[in-house]
Amino acid sequence: MAETRLMTINMGPQHPATHGVLRLVLELDGEVIVKTTPHIGYLHRGVEKLAESKTYHQVIPLTDRLDYTNAMGNNLGYVLAVEKLLGIGVPKRAQYLRVLMAELQRIAAHLIWLGTHALDIGAMTLLFYNFREREEILKIFEEVSGGRLTPTYMRIGGVSKDLPDGITDKIKDFVRAFPDHIKEYETLLTKNVIWLKRTKGVGIISKEDAINWGMTGPSLRGSGVKYDVRKAFPYSSYEEFDFEIPIGSVGDVYDRYIVRLREMEWSNAIVEQALERLPKGPVIANDPRITLPPKDDVTKDIAALIRQFKIASEGFQPPKGEVYVGVEASKGELGYYLVSDGSNKPLRMRIRPPSFLNLSALPKMIEGSLIADVISAIGSIDIVLGEIDR
Amino acid sequence: MQLLYLLIEIIVKCVVVFAGLMIVVAYLTWLERKVLGHIQIRYGPNRCGPFGLLQPFSDAVKAFFKEDLVPGRSDKVVFVMAPMISIIAAISIFAVIPFGNQFTLPGTNWVVKLRLADVDIGLLYIFGVASLGEFGIILGGWSSGNKYGLTGSLRAAAQMISYEVALGIAIVGVLILSESLRLTEIVRLQGGGFWNWNIWYQPVAFVLYLICGLAEINRTPFDMPEAEAELACGFNIEYSSMKFALFFMAEYAHMVTMGAVAVTLFMGGWQPIIPQLSFIPGIVWFCAKLFIFLFFFIWQRGTFPRLRYDQIMKFGWKILIPLALINLLVTGLIVSLKG
Repeated sequence: MAETRLMTINMGPQHPATHGVLRLVLELDGEVIVKTTPHIGYLHRGVEKLAESKTYHQVIPLTDRLDYTNAMGNNLGYVLAVEKLLGIGVPKRAQYLRVLMAELQRIAAHLIWLGTHALDIGAMTLLFYNFREREEILKIFEEVSGGRLTPTYMRIGGVSKDLPDGITDKIKDFVRAFPDHIKEYETLLTKNVIWLKRTKGVGIISKEDAINWGMTGPSLRGSGVKYDVRKAFPYSSYEEFDFEIPIGSVGDVYDRYIVRLREMEWSNAIVEQALERLPKGPVIANDPRITLPPKDDVTKDIAALIRQFKIASEGFQPPKGEVYVGVEASKGELGYYLVSDGSNKPLRMRIRPPSFLNLSALPKMIEGSLIADVISAIGSIDIVLGEIDR
Repeated sequence: MQLLYLLIEIIVKCVVVFAGLMIVVAYLTWLERKVLGHIQIRYGPNRCGPFGLLQPFSDAVKAFFKEDLVPGRSDKVVFVMAPMISIIAAISIFAVIPFGNQFTLPGTNWVVKLRLADVDIGLLYIFGVASLGEFGIILGGWSSGNKYGLTGSLRAAAQMISYEVALGIAIVGVLILSESLRLTEIVRLQGGGFWNWNIWYQPVAFVLYLICGLAEINRTPFDMPEAEAELACGFNIEYSSMKFALFFMAEYAHMVTMGAVAVTLFMGGWQPIIPQLSFIPGIVWFCAKLFIFLFFFIWQRGTFPRLRYDQIMKFGWKILIPLALINLLVTGLIVSLKG
C-alpha cells in the first residue's frame, strides 16, 4: 500500500478570508483539519516601541491604528490609563461623550464583523447593508472629531471638542432606525437554514477552554461566561447605564454571532441613554499641567499661550509608577500597561490585544473540522491583525 | 440545389445561434452585475456606455490583453485544454434546444425550423454533453498544480457526479409523461396554454431540477469548486487572461443552457401562455421564459450563503435522490394506472 501523507496548505497571508494578513498552515487529511498553526507578524509596525519615543499626548493617534475598526475604544483605553497614572478626574460630560462614541464605534466595528463574516460564508449582500449603516456612524464621527476611520477624539483629561450643533438629531435618527436594520440582517441570516447549518455546532469552544485560552469579549461570552469589563470593572461612568450582557450557551459560531447581534442592540440602547442624560459642563478637565487651554484664550492671554506651547512641545511628566487599565473594546478586553519613569515619555507601553488571545484559541476550535469551518471560525472570533501584530 | 440551400441554412443557423448565445452570455455577465448591484444598494457597471452596456466588451478586451500565465508545475497540455472542454461542452448543448417553431422565408416556400438539430435522443445528448463539461473543471483544477485548485476539482468531481444522478432521475418523470426524448416532441405536448405545462404535472421534478441545476452550474449556495472565501477561487485559481475568461463564459453559457432546458422541459418551450397570444413569435416567448430563470439564478446568488461541502453531499444523496426516486415511482404508478 502506498504511503499516505497529509496535505499542507498555506492559507494566507494573501487569502480573501483570513481578515487581513493572518497566515494559517493547515495540515489536512482530505478536507479534515489535523493541525493548524497560525503565523502572525505580517502587519507589525512596532506601536509599543514607537510609543516610547513620543510624549503621552502623541501616543493617542498610534492607538487609533491598533484595531482600526475600533479607534474610539482604543483611544479610550489609553487615555484612561494615562489618567490613572496622573490621578486626574474627567468631567461628567466628557465621560458621557466617551461612552457615546465608544458605543457607536462598537456598533460600527460589529457591523464590519457581521458583513465580512457573512461574506466569508457566502452571503455577500449583507456586507453592503452593513456598510450603509456604518457610513452613518462614520459621518457622525467626522462631524464630531474630523476623522472617520481614525478619529483620535479622546484627550487626556476629556475629549478634543464638544458635540457640534445638530449632531444630536443625527445620532438620534441613527439610534431610532438601527433596530429595524438589525431585524433586516436577521431576516437574511438568522432565519436562513443554510446560515444556521454553517454556524450551529461549528467551531465549538467550551467555557473552561475559553477561559484558559484567555479569550475575552463576545468570543468568550458566546461560550456562556458572563464577563464584560464594562460591568465587572466599570469605567467612564458605565455603571450609570442600564444594559445587559448577552451570553451564549454552546460556544459555537452561531452563539458568538447572536451575542454580537444582541450586543449591537444594547450598544444602541447605551447610545440612546447617553444622549438623553448627557450632562452639561466642560468636556475636558482644566489642569494647567496636562490639558491644553481653551483655544480662544491662547490668542489673547500670554499665560495661556505659554501653557499651550509647553504642553504641545514637551508634554507633561507623570509621577513614577505603573498602571494597567482594561476596557471592553469591540473584540474583548483591551488592556494598556504603562510604566512611567517620571519623564514626559512612557518608559514602556504594553498593549493587551484581545484579538491576539482570541486567535490563540483558534487551533483548538477547528481541530477535526473542515476547511469551510476554518473560515467561519476565523470570522466568528473577529480578529483584526492590526491589533494582533501591533 | 436543394442540398446546397440546406447547407446554407445550416451554416447560417449555426452562426446565428452561436453569435446569439455569445451575446446572451456577454450580457448575462452585465445583467448579473446590474441585478446584484441593485440588490446590494449599489449601481453595478455604469461607466462603459449607457447603463454600462459596453462593459462586457471592455471586459473582453481586458481579458485578451492580460498576460497568459501557465504555471511551471502544471500539466501544460491538460491545463490548456481544460477551459476549451468547458466552453465547447457548454455551447454544444445549444444545438438541440428548440427556441421556436418554424417559419416560412418571405417570398419563398422554404421552411426554416428554429433549431439546429432535432435529434431523437435530444435529452440524452444534453445530459451527456453537460457532464463532459465537468471534465473541464475537474481537469483544470487538477492540472494547475495548486492545492487549492486540486481541492476545488475534487469537490467539483464529487458534487457534480452526485447531483447529476438526482438531476437525471428527476428528469425521467418528464420523460414518462411525454414518452419521448425528442425536445420538440416534449414542447409540442405542452402546447395549448400554460395549464398544459409540465411544471404543473411534475412540480417536484421541477424543484429538483432547479436545485440540482444550481449545483451543476456551480452557483451559490453550491459554488463549492470555486468557494472564493475558502479556496480562493478553487479550480480556476491559476488561470489568467482568456483562459480564465473561457471558464467564465462556460459557466454563464451553462447557466443559459440550464435555463433553456428548464424552459423546454417544464415551461412549454416556445409555446405562448395562452393560445390567443400565439401571434407573438415563439422565440419571444422562449426568451421571456428564459429570462425568468436567469433572473432567478442571479437573484438567489444575492441571497443565500454557501453550504459546506459535506452538507452538500448529504443533501444530495440523502434528500434529493430519494425524493427524485419517490417522484419517479409516483409518476410511474399514476401513468400506469391511467393506462
